[in-house]
Amino acid sequence: MVGIVVVSHSQKLAEGVLELAKMMAPTANVSAAGGMEDGSAGTSFTKISKAIDEVYSDDGVAVLMDMGSAVMTTEMVIESMEARKIKMLDCPVAEGAVVAALEAMAGATLEILEEKVLATRTIKKIND
Amino acid sequence: MTDNKRVIAILLAVAKKIESEKVFLTELDTAIGDGDHGINMARGFQKVGEKLPSLADKDIGVILKTVGMQLVSTVGGAAGPLYGTAFMKAGAACQGKMELDLAGFAVAFAAAIQGVKMRGKAEPGEKTMLDALCPALTAINAEVKAGGNARSAFTNAIQAANDGVAYTKTIIATKGRASYLGERSIGHQDPGATSSLLILQAIAECI
Repeated sequence: MVGIVVVSHSQKLAEGVLELAKMMAPTANVSAAGGMEDGSAGTSFTKISKAIDEVYSDDGVAVLMDMGSAVMTTEMVIESMEARKIKMLDCPVAEGAVVAALEAMAGATLEILEEKVLATRTIKKIND
Repeated sequence: MTDNKRVIAILLAVAKKIESEKVFLTELDTAIGDGDHGINMARGFQKVGEKLPSLADKDIGVILKTVGMQLVSTVGGAAGPLYGTAFMKAGAACQGKMELDLAGFAVAFAAAIQGVKMRGKAEPGEKTMLDALCPALTAINAEVKAGGNARSAFTNAIQAANDGVAYTKTIIATKGRASYLGERSIGHQDPGATSSLLILQAIAECI
C-alpha cells in the first residue's frame, strides 16, 4: 500500500489532516510531519524523514505539503533517500490527503494515486 | 590560505554575529515576513556553534556539509533549506580539502549560490538573499581574476552585498512569505539578504 505523509508548518494542522484522512480511509498508512521537534511552527527535516520511514514500502510514498519551506525541506529529505520511490504532490493538503488515503486503501499504485490527487486542485465543494 | 581549524573559528564568528543581530533580523522579518527570521537563524546557528568543536579534525568539506545539515534540521523556516543547501553545496565543492585559498572559496561560494537558486527557484531581482549573495560573488570573482588578496576581495564583496541589501528595499517581493504582501513589501529591506550580508561581514572580520 502506498504510504502518505502530510507535511505542514503546523503540528496541529498535519495531525488534523491525518485525522481527516483516517476518518475517510481507516486502514490507510498516513503519517504526520508538522511543526518543529518542540512543537513550534516550522518544517523539520527530522520529522519529515521519520514520517516517510514510518509509512515507506516498495509501493512508495506520496508526500503532501502546505507551502514554502514544507516543499523545500521535503525536497532535501527525498534527496537524502536516493533509492526510494517518493512523489511530492502539488495539491491542497487536506483535500489531497483524503483522496490519497482513499486511493491508497483501494490499492492504487503511486502513479494512479498521483493522478487522482492532482485532480483535487480544481475540486468544487459547493455544487450549483 | 585558510585551514580547517580557521574555518571552524570563522563559522563560530558567524554564529556569534547572527546571535547578536537576531533581534534586528526579527524586526525586519516582522515588517514583511512572519517575524521569525532572527529567532530561526539564531536557533540554527546556536546548534552549529555547539557542533563545530567536534569537527576540529575533519576536512573543510565535512565541516561545511555538517553545518548545512544542522541548519536544515534546526532553523525551521525557509532559511533552513536555503542556507542548508548553500552550505552543503559549498561543502561538496571542498570535499577532502584541509586548506582553502581565495580561488577555492570563490568556487565554493558559487556552488552555494547555485544551490540556493535551485532550492528556492529564484534569481536576483526578486528580493531575496540572492540580491546580496550574487553581487558579493561577482566582486570576489573579479578580485580572483585580478590576482587580488582575500582582504580586498571581501571589502569589495561587503560593499556589493550592502548595495544589494539597499536594492532589495526598492523592489517588490515575488518569493516567500513577503510575496503575499505584494506592493506593500516595497520600502522594506529583505531579511534574508540582510542575514547573508551579516554572514559575509562576520567572515570578512576574520580575514
